[in-house]
Amino acid sequence: MNVELSPDSITLVDLGIVRLNATVVYSWVVLAVLVVGSALITRRLTVGPQVSRWQSALEALVSILRSQIADMTQQNPDRYLPFIGTLFLFIAVSNLLAIIPGFSSPVSSVSTTAALAFCVFIAVPVYGVMARGLKDYLRAYIQPTFIMLPLNILSELSRTLALAIRLFGNALSGDILVAILIVIVPLFVPIVMQLFGLVIGLIQAYIFAILATVFIASATRD
Amino acid sequence: MEETTLIGIVSIFTAGLTITIGSIAPAVGEARALVQALASIAQQPDEANTISRTLFIGIALVESCAIYCFVIAMILIFFNPFWDFFVSQAGG
Repeated sequence: MNVELSPDSITLVDLGIVRLNATVVYSWVVLAVLVVGSALITRRLTVGPQVSRWQSALEALVSILRSQIADMTQQNPDRYLPFIGTLFLFIAVSNLLAIIPGFSSPVSSVSTTAALAFCVFIAVPVYGVMARGLKDYLRAYIQPTFIMLPLNILSELSRTLALAIRLFGNALSGDILVAILIVIVPLFVPIVMQLFGLVIGLIQAYIFAILATVFIASATRD
Repeated sequence: MEETTLIGIVSIFTAGLTITIGSIAPAVGEARALVQALASIAQQPDEANTISRTLFIGIALVESCAIYCFVIAMILIFFNPFWDFFVSQAGG
């Protein structure tokens, strides 16, 4: 049985010098869905009594994100909303689009999750310095004593790795489970597992966003 | 016994062992966390939001141990570097 473990190994477009694998193409598809969808919905925003269906859906989403971030950070959520919200929406949409046949979620490639985790890795010091100043932020690394410096740096690196591997492993395990079930029981059971995978995908998007928020909040707070 | 056969046997056995032990421990830990969270929600239903969010974060952190084991098991089965090395040596 030849299981295609990673969408990296599937080549969709071959232009000779440039070869685009499935991860890149499907990431672009997700980005296009997000950008075009948001642009179409926010083109006709109203504050009147008659609010369109899509606008209220989007408003509900944004207000949920804002309240969650405000609960986690105990700060004004507007500064973190663009970053955290984008992470959540990208992971959630790429997991939800997996119900389309032929679409393989870009999140089940370790390069995508590593890129997302790297964004968090960069964003934590950026937000930390913005909120507390460079000196105060760097001082947190030698708290409580100077001996803790290597451990603090190590924890910074290892949680980034954990963030990437967690998302990748969850998406991959869902894919492999469905692939194996299709071989064993091709009727009905894979569909149930696919539905279960959708729920898992949403929860993973939520957890990724929440963990990013926690990391950022711990860097911005004294 | 040939090297590839030996590597195959050891890899499959180790992959099974990895995922077995690696899933038991996080399962026990997560179950304990869940029990405690349910008891807390039953005691203080008002705090259900905070408790369940913290539970999610904690479970996600514990879960990463199981995910590491899963990834290692997958590497052992599908991307085994020793297997690839010996197969390429036998071929070339």
